Formats: sequence, C-alpha cells, structure tokens
Amino acid sequence: MLEAADTIIQGLLLGGLYALFAIGLSITYGVMRLVNIAHGDLLVLAAYLALWPVTSLHMNPFVAILPVVVLMFCLGYTLQRVILNRTMGTNFLAPMLATFGISIILRNGLQQIYHSDSRSFDIGALGVDSIHLGPYIAIGEFPLIVFVVSVILTLATSLLFSHTRIGVALRATSDDAQTAGLMGIRANRTYAIALGLSLALVAVGGVFAGMRTTFTPESGPASLLYAFEAVVIGGMGSLWGTFAGAVILGMAQGVGAKVGAGFGILAGHLVFLAVLAFKPTGLFERSR
Amino acid sequence: MLQVRNLVARYGDFQALFGVDFDLKQGSIVALIGANGAGKSTFLKSIAGQMPSKSGEIRFNSEEISTLPPDRIVREGISLVPEGRRLFRSLSVEENLKVGGFAGRKGRWTLGAVYDLFPQLKDKRHTPATALSGGQQQMVAIGRGLMANPDLLMCDEVSLGLSPVVIKDIYKVFPQLRAESLSLIVVEQDIDAALSIADYVYCFMHGKVTLRGAPEELTKEQISAAYFGLEAA
Amino acid sequence: MMHENLAYVVSRSTAVSNAAVWLGVAAAVVAVAVPWLPYFGSPAFMRWATEVMCYLILAQMWNLMAGYAGLMSVGMQAFVGVGGYSVFIFAQHLGVNPFLSIPIAGVMAAVAAALTSPLVFRMRGGYFAIGTWVLSEVFRIGFSNVSALGGGSGQSLTVMTRIDRSTREIAIYLIAATTLILASVGINLLLRSRFGLGLTALRDSEAAAESQGVDVRLLKLQVYTLSSLGAGLVGAIYYTSVLRISPFAAFDLNWVVAATFIVVIGGIGAVEGPIVGAAIFFALRWLLADYGTWYWLVMGSVAVIVIMFAPAGVWGYIRGRWDIQLLPLQRRLVLLGPSKPGGASAAPSPHRRTGAWQG
Repeated sequence: MLEAADTIIQGLLLGGLYALFAIGLSITYGVMRLVNIAHGDLLVLAAYLALWPVTSLHMNPFVAILPVVVLMFCLGYTLQRVILNRTMGTNFLAPMLATFGISIILRNGLQQIYHSDSRSFDIGALGVDSIHLGPYIAIGEFPLIVFVVSVILTLATSLLFSHTRIGVALRATSDDAQTAGLMGIRANRTYAIALGLSLALVAVGGVFAGMRTTFTPESGPASLLYAFEAVVIGGMGSLWGTFAGAVILGMAQGVGAKVGAGFGILAGHLVFLAVLAFKPTGLFERSR
Repeated sequence: MLQVRNLVARYGDFQALFGVDFDLKQGSIVALIGANGAGKSTFLKSIAGQMPSKSGEIRFNSEEISTLPPDRIVREGISLVPEGRRLFRSLSVEENLKVGGFAGRKGRWTLGAVYDLFPQLKDKRHTPATALSGGQQQMVAIGRGLMANPDLLMCDEVSLGLSPVVIKDIYKVFPQLRAESLSLIVVEQDIDAALSIADYVYCFMHGKVTLRGAPEELTKEQISAAYFGLEAA
Repeated sequence: MMHENLAYVVSRSTAVSNAAVWLGVAAAVVAVAVPWLPYFGSPAFMRWATEVMCYLILAQMWNLMAGYAGLMSVGMQAFVGVGGYSVFIFAQHLGVNPFLSIPIAGVMAAVAAALTSPLVFRMRGGYFAIGTWVLSEVFRIGFSNVSALGGGSGQSLTVMTRIDRSTREIAIYLIAATTLILASVGINLLLRSRFGLGLTALRDSEAAAESQGVDVRLLKLQVYTLSSLGAGLVGAIYYTSVLRISPFAAFDLNWVVAATFIVVIGGIGAVEGPIVGAAIFFALRWLLADYGTWYWLVMGSVAVIVIMFAPAGVWGYIRGRWDIQLLPLQRRLVLLGPSKPGGASAAPSPHRRTGAWQG
C-alpha cells in the first residue's frame, strides 16, 4: 500500500518535469493555434546549449539555466519573426510544416555536431539524496526541486497572462489579432514574444531533463509526445489544466513502469488514448 | 482634417470601392449611410489600414496615411470601433478598455473618464466582456475606441442588433463627444439615427458615393434614390 | 455579358495535358518493361527503383490526405509498419503466397486505420497530426513486444528463399510499378469524380461543404482509410523487397518525414507534385550520399525555405509561372470561335487551385 504511494509520488514529481515541457506547448497553441513540432527538439537544444558553460566554464548546471533561458527566448522570438510569421495565414498546415522542417534541421544539426553519444549533467549528491517519510516513501531531492520550480513557473506564467500588460496583449491577440491591431498591438511582435516565452520555459525543462537523465540528439520526439499528451489530457485553455495533465501522465508512466519494464511509456500513451476516447476535450478543460 | 481621393479597394478579385472621394472637417460628425454591401465598412477599414489591397489618397492632417498598418494609424489619432463590436472574449470589460489604450496616446480619455461616460459599465468592470447585453457591449466597444485618445473616432454600425431605446442611449453620446472636439465618422443603416446627429452625410451604393450633403439640404426622395438606387428618370 | 451565338465546349484537357497523358502512358510502358531492358534490368537498379516508387506512392498518399482533405498526419508510418508486418504474418507464419500477401497487407492496414479512426478523429488540425504519431508509437511498442514476430529486433522473410532470386526481384519490382501506376491513375480519376469535388469543397471550407450536403466526416474517413491502404502497400512492398523487418525501421518517423518533404518541396498537384518532389529528394540523396546527416539538414532547410517563399512548391511555382497543368483536374471553358478552329482556352483562367498549405 505504502509502496503504491511511493510510486504515485514519484510519478507526481515526474509530472512536474513534464509540466515544464508542456506549458510552453500550451502557450504557443493558446496564443497562435500553433502546434510546434520542433518543441521536443528545442528541449534537447536547451540541454546542449547548457553543455558548454557546464563543461568548459565549470558552471553549476542550475546556474547555467539562466543564460540558456535568455538565449532560448531570443531564439524563439527570432524564429517566429523571421520564419514562422511568414507562414501564418488562414490555414494551419504551413506553420506546422515549417516547425516540422525546423525539427529536422535541429535534430540533424545536433547530430552533426555532437554525434550520438549520450550526455547528461552531473548534479552530484542532489541526484541521489532523498527525504524519507517512513520506511517506504523516499522523495528524491532533485525531483522535488523540479516539481517546486515547475509550480512556481506555472504560477508565474499564469500571473503574467492575467495581470500584466503583455499578458493582456497576448490574450487579446489570441482572441482577435485583427482587432488587436486596431488598438496598436502588433501581431508579429506578440506572436514572437509568445514563442520566446514558450522557449524560455522549454529551456528550464530541457536543462532539468538533462540533469535527470541522459540525452542525445534523438531525444526530442519523445519529449514532444509527453508534452503533447499532457496538454491533451489536461485540456485546452488552462495552464493549470496542462499542469494537472502532466502530473497524471507522470503518474501513469510511473505506475506502468512498476508493472513491467518498458511498459511505463506505453501506459502513458494508453492513458492519453483513453482520455481521447472518453473525454476528448481534456479532463480540466476550461471553455473560453 | 481627413481627405480621401479616388479610393479603390478590393477583397481579392472582388472590387468593393470604385474611386471614393471624401472630406471631413475637424470637429464634425459625418454619417455614412447605405444598404448592406454598399462599401461603408470597407471604407472605414481602408482608412483604419485594414485593407491591404487598395489605391488612392488618404490624407489625415495633411499626412498621407494610406500605406500605414492599423497599429500606426491608431497612433496617428484615428480609432475604429469595428463592425460587430469584436470585443476580446477572454478579457473582462476593464481589460478590454485597457487594451484600447495600448497605443499609448495621452489625452482626456482614461478608464475613469469612460466610466463617467458609461456609468453602467462600472459595476461590470470585471465581468467577461461578452457576457454583457448587446447595448452594454457596444458601450464597451466605443469606450475601448475612446481609450486610444483619437482625434477621429470611426464607428461602424453601432446600432446593429440593438433595440431602439438602447440605440437612443448610445446616440446621445455622440454630440457629447463632438463637444469635446472629437471628430466622428458614423456608419449607419438606420437613416433616422444617422441624420439626427450628423453635420454631413454621405450615401454609398455599390462602392460609390451617390449623394453627399448636410442633412437639412437633403430631401427624403433624394436619400431614397441614393440609398436604393432608384434612378429618377 | 451575353453572347448567344458563341459555341463552346467544356473540356478538361489542353494541348499540353494531352501530350502529358501520352507521355505518362509511355513512361508506364517503359517502367513495366524495365526488367527486360539492358542495364536497367539489373537487380541493383530494380531494387533502387522499387524504393523510389515506394516513396512516391507514400508521398501521393500523404498528399491525398494533407493536400486534399486537409489532414496532416505525422503518424502515417503506423500503416507502413502494419503493412510490412502483415506480409510477414501472412507469408511467414500463415503460409500464404508472399506476393498475394502484399495486397492482403494493404487491406490489413486499411482495416487498422478504420478501426482506430474513431479515436484519431476526435482531434483536429495540429492535434490530429501529433495524435496520429502517438498512435504510431503505440503500434510500434505493441509489435516490438510480440516475440513471434521477432520482438524488438525483428525478423527475416526466410520463406522467400524458396523462390529463386531473379523471379523474386522482378516480381517485387513489377508489383511496385503496378501499384504506382494504379495509385497515380486511381488518384487522378478519384479527384475528377464526385468524390474529388467533395474533397475540394472540404479543403476550401469545411463548414461550407457541410452545408452543401457533403458528408465531411465520411469523406475524411474514406481518405484516411484509402491513404492508409496505400501506406500499407508501401510497407508490404518495401519490406518484402529488403526481406527483413524490425519495429524500429517499419515504424520509423522518417517515412512520414520523407513523404512530407517530397510533397512540400515538390508542390501541389495530385501526381505532378510528388514526382517533382521525389526527383529532388533522390537527387539530393545521391549528391549528399557521403555526407551522412547533411542530407536531412539540407532537405529540412529546403523545405522551410519553400514553405516560406513558395508555398505551392516547385511544381506550384512552375504551374503558376507558365500556366501548365499536365494532369488537369479543373474544367475549362473552351470557346470555339471561327478564328480559332479546334478550340483554344479563351476564357479567363479559373481560380487557381491551391494546396491546403498555401497561406
């Protein structure tokens, strides 16, 4: 019984990491109706970007997150302004196809530079130490940190959207970009900020993922699928819904892994399909 | 203040305006009347910068503005209250009003001033804007347009879908605005409402101006002819 | 404008298109004759040609879904895998004639598509794209857990050793060629039919099409199933040709990546686009053969540039520039005036057909 609780808690904490993956995807879809197929590869890119300061400058991986966040924000802004804004039009295929192309470029570019060796960030004792609650439950320190950061960032993003000027501009543009233009809001810039924001969150998720496990240039697609599943399970229109979806996914994978090695990921897929079958709009959908 | 010469506008292959000339004196209210599809909204959109496919001259305070995008036009001092209101669904009343001010023009129109003009909205400031009644939504839309502190406010069919009582309430506002030295262009299908407040009237049909003049000078027959296209023999 | 005395004919073909049809027929004849031609009849060429034809068929299927029904799927490889594995199941394990197993495999893929469609169609747009990918992953994991089919490392089609090599290679090649010809002709005929008209309406505006009585749901389902049938055939043919299958290869994302890029770069046009795209795809592959991942990098960059600057693709650009349609689907009004006997296209050109991804 308590072992089950331990599994659930592990899954919950994993969900925190997945939430970091998923929030960014939720933002770009919410603001621009864009499903960013390169999302997973951008997560991996963030990890690789942190490699240099960590290995060459001996920076603490946690500290390295900050410059990567700045870099990834700028990358997102630029990508949207230079490439994706050109493809935004009345149909949804072109922007998605463009992100598909970017995904391939990223993956193979990273492959070209870093080859297929697995890398990861050494966080020393933090990765192993746990807080023990009784004989059966051990809460890993690192997963807990990730979870807490995830909650904070989700909260921060939510507040950004509800209480700041840029948040109001993002929401207005997402509702009606044309009319927002009448008020002086430039859609091109707003979309660019949205993607920048998305990638800034991805930066945190990517580096954390690199601390948790190994990564290679091929690690992108799996991360995209988890992020996507979290968003769908959680439901559209709600950041906290996405967070909840991520947590559910984490728990499903955790329980699945306990049932059989290799079954973890499949369990996640099956939960996703089940939500799709019985409540396609998501479990915590908020109607707009 | 506003001078338009030979404005031609298209939606793809479809031509909506065929060489329109238009003048507006500062501090006046000009009404555009005409049937559905006559080109009135297209005309306003062209001035607001929302029609990419157009040619002709648009001068505002002697500056050529026909090539500017909408976000620049509002900074120049022209604000459009669009047809159908188009309030932002995810935003509250107050947030909708605030967005109106994002162009950054300073002036007498602040949140407080808008609430003074439309006291009904004050209690509902945190309600989602689209949950309001039609008349109140129209007030939000006009308030949002005012928040840009324009020199020229353009209102596209504010009476659409509203009851006569509500229309009267809203139309009371226009002379007040003119008194504050705001110039107005008002597009209307309701001829009486339009004539009641206008200093000058333009009538559109099939993308052309068929009649122009001060309301006092125009007879009902002239207007009908211009509106419906019944040619006098 | 009324011209009562003007004689006219409504026709689909133009001089260029008629020439193209004859060219197509000639190409088909040559393709079928290949095994008996000198040099081209070599096993190496036939194997390479089989691969090219597989990619071409898959691209046509992707184009049918995305370009005509507006369904972008990043999960098409699910049915490539089902098709491939079906051949192994039927030929290797159930003793069915391997060549007969191929069409059976196609049907199995179509059945799999139909069965999973209720789930998948609960999503639209971008969600549909990735949702189909998740489904493909589920299939992959599923098949890699079946030890009878070789589990994660796959298995070989040993049953083929009973057939002599030369016969086998020729047979596979001819099956591939026939499938391609049937697919191309079939798609063209389909698009000219009522079905095709419904598809075009659907692509232009789903809501409007529905209000005109087009059963949008059924249409999408039919296109999805048909495309999956094609994808299944591709898997069946390809893995019979290479004689070995594994989950990693059969459900590889690169199948749909290749199909997508071929269509995007090649451009719109039911048959012309994929042909142009495949030509570019394989030319690039040959040019960059020694440079490993550079091949995909260049391919991805070209695709992004095409999407940004020429959304109708290379063929779309050519068609727009010179107003050629090799295999036209639209009807034109041909005026038969006295000054131009035989008719020439005198009416203003109809509204350009655009691919669904054209902004």
